[in-house]
Amino acid sequence: MSDGKRLAVVGAGAVGGSVVDLAAEYGHTVVAFADSSSAVVAGDDSGIDAAAALDRKADEGTVGDADPDDALHADYDVLVEATPTTLGDAEPGFSHLRTALERDRHVVLANKGPVAERYGDVRELERNSAGQVRFEATVGGAIPIVSTVEDLSPSHVTAARGILNGTANFILSRMAAEGIDYEHVLAEAQDLGVAEADPTFDVEGTDAALKCVILANVLSEGEREFTLSDADVEGITNVPGSALELAAEDGRTIRLVGEATRDGIRVGPRLVPQNAALAVTGTRNIVQLETTHAGQLNLSGRGAGGPETASAVLGDVGRLE
Amino acid sequence: MTSALNSESEADAESDDRTRSQSCGSRGDSDVDTGADGQPQPHTIRLELPDQPGQLLAALEPISDNGGNLLSIFHERGNVTPRGRIPVEVDVEATPDRFDAIVSALRDGGVNVVQAGAEHYAEEVVVLLVGHLVETDLSDTLRRIEQCPAASIADFSLNAPEGRTDSSSARLRIATRAGATAEALEMVSEIAEEKELHVVEPLTGGAA
Repeated sequence: MSDGKRLAVVGAGAVGGSVVDLAAEYGHTVVAFADSSSAVVAGDDSGIDAAAALDRKADEGTVGDADPDDALHADYDVLVEATPTTLGDAEPGFSHLRTALERDRHVVLANKGPVAERYGDVRELERNSAGQVRFEATVGGAIPIVSTVEDLSPSHVTAARGILNGTANFILSRMAAEGIDYEHVLAEAQDLGVAEADPTFDVEGTDAALKCVILANVLSEGEREFTLSDADVEGITNVPGSALELAAEDGRTIRLVGEATRDGIRVGPRLVPQNAALAVTGTRNIVQLETTHAGQLNLSGRGAGGPETASAVLGDVGRLE
Repeated sequence: MTSALNSESEADAESDDRTRSQSCGSRGDSDVDTGADGQPQPHTIRLELPDQPGQLLAALEPISDNGGNLLSIFHERGNVTPRGRIPVEVDVEATPDRFDAIVSALRDGGVNVVQAGAEHYAEEVVVLLVGHLVETDLSDTLRRIEQCPAASIADFSLNAPEGRTDSSSARLRIATRAGATAEALEMVSEIAEEKELHVVEPLTGGAA
């Protein structure tokens, strides 16, 4: 573990908030924290009052009195980018990343947009900067997938596949276990907070596809750049209970499986044996790596959640030189 | 036709005219005449039998009745199929025409012949189809899959909880020749796309 870093955290949702909450436990100091409309910047290297900022966010909806831009220009070592994922130009996350790299600062992403939609641009900016970009938290939440691929070396990993969306997996596993319909389980998942009010991103496969795009970019090592438009994506909204029943009669089940290779990305409902490693239940995620010399590796765990994803962010901070 | 992998021609057979949903394999009824004077050769027949007394004996009778010489029987009692049947592998020595007669007799007797002779349906793949299966002419869908030389439908199940007019699901177990699984899946996808059906494909190749 490296020395403690000074962090600027942009984005005050579940992940950004958890990073602010847990940074000190990992030996780091949060010197700036911003949401979309406000910021708090520390007066000195002792950092911001994390608890006060999080309380204020909960009570008033703002984290401080400063302008969000002030956080981007604060005196930090690492920018933690945890604003919501956006498609296309990946803004404003991409500009936040650019600002930090142009200042020769490191960037740790929890936002998938920049590495899924503009991977080439991100790497280009990184080449011209003393700062590095890391993005473990963008794929599989708490599960160390990107760093595992790095350790193996991407050239020794032929494919990555897995269950990368907890919401879709929750819905499919509940449908299979209870014999109830999609609409019913979706409503249940929304009540539990497992699915958002607008679940499109999850149930249409977009979220899983973005993660696979990121993995494909890592595997191809810049030889080919992938974006969401390269992915073949089908969601789970067309999977009826009758299909899950037929699968179960045959010892199988249906999971929303994402596959990433150097040749492309495919996400869709697939038949898997009920006892297969990939047939995780509930919101659990799993990634299976096919390697040249190390056989098959299965990495599973919690694919979402504030503290879980924050642990991946803080792990990345620790890996920075 | 199915002769590409078939070095021995005896099982090179034309599609059976009976519509079957419970069997696949060489499709019997050979019209390839290697002649009654063909030399006896060993053949392997894979059967799936219900777990009931007398089934094995009933399955063996057509072999001797048609002049086959039984070489060995491997009765895999401990390896019940998902549908609760017992796989049995029978090695038979027979001339090509007699072998065809044996397979036909077995099938006529209601025995589920999974594979026969040298025509290898070596791989099996299960797919689900979802959508308006009945309205989009289910028998046409199945017939077109059967027409693919690389594939044969081994098992079919329909689940239509809302009746014939609404969306339903079907499970197809397709026996494919070695290495032809991708081709078979592609063909199913094409037919499904044309009929606006959704395909749930299996993960293949060591995955899962």
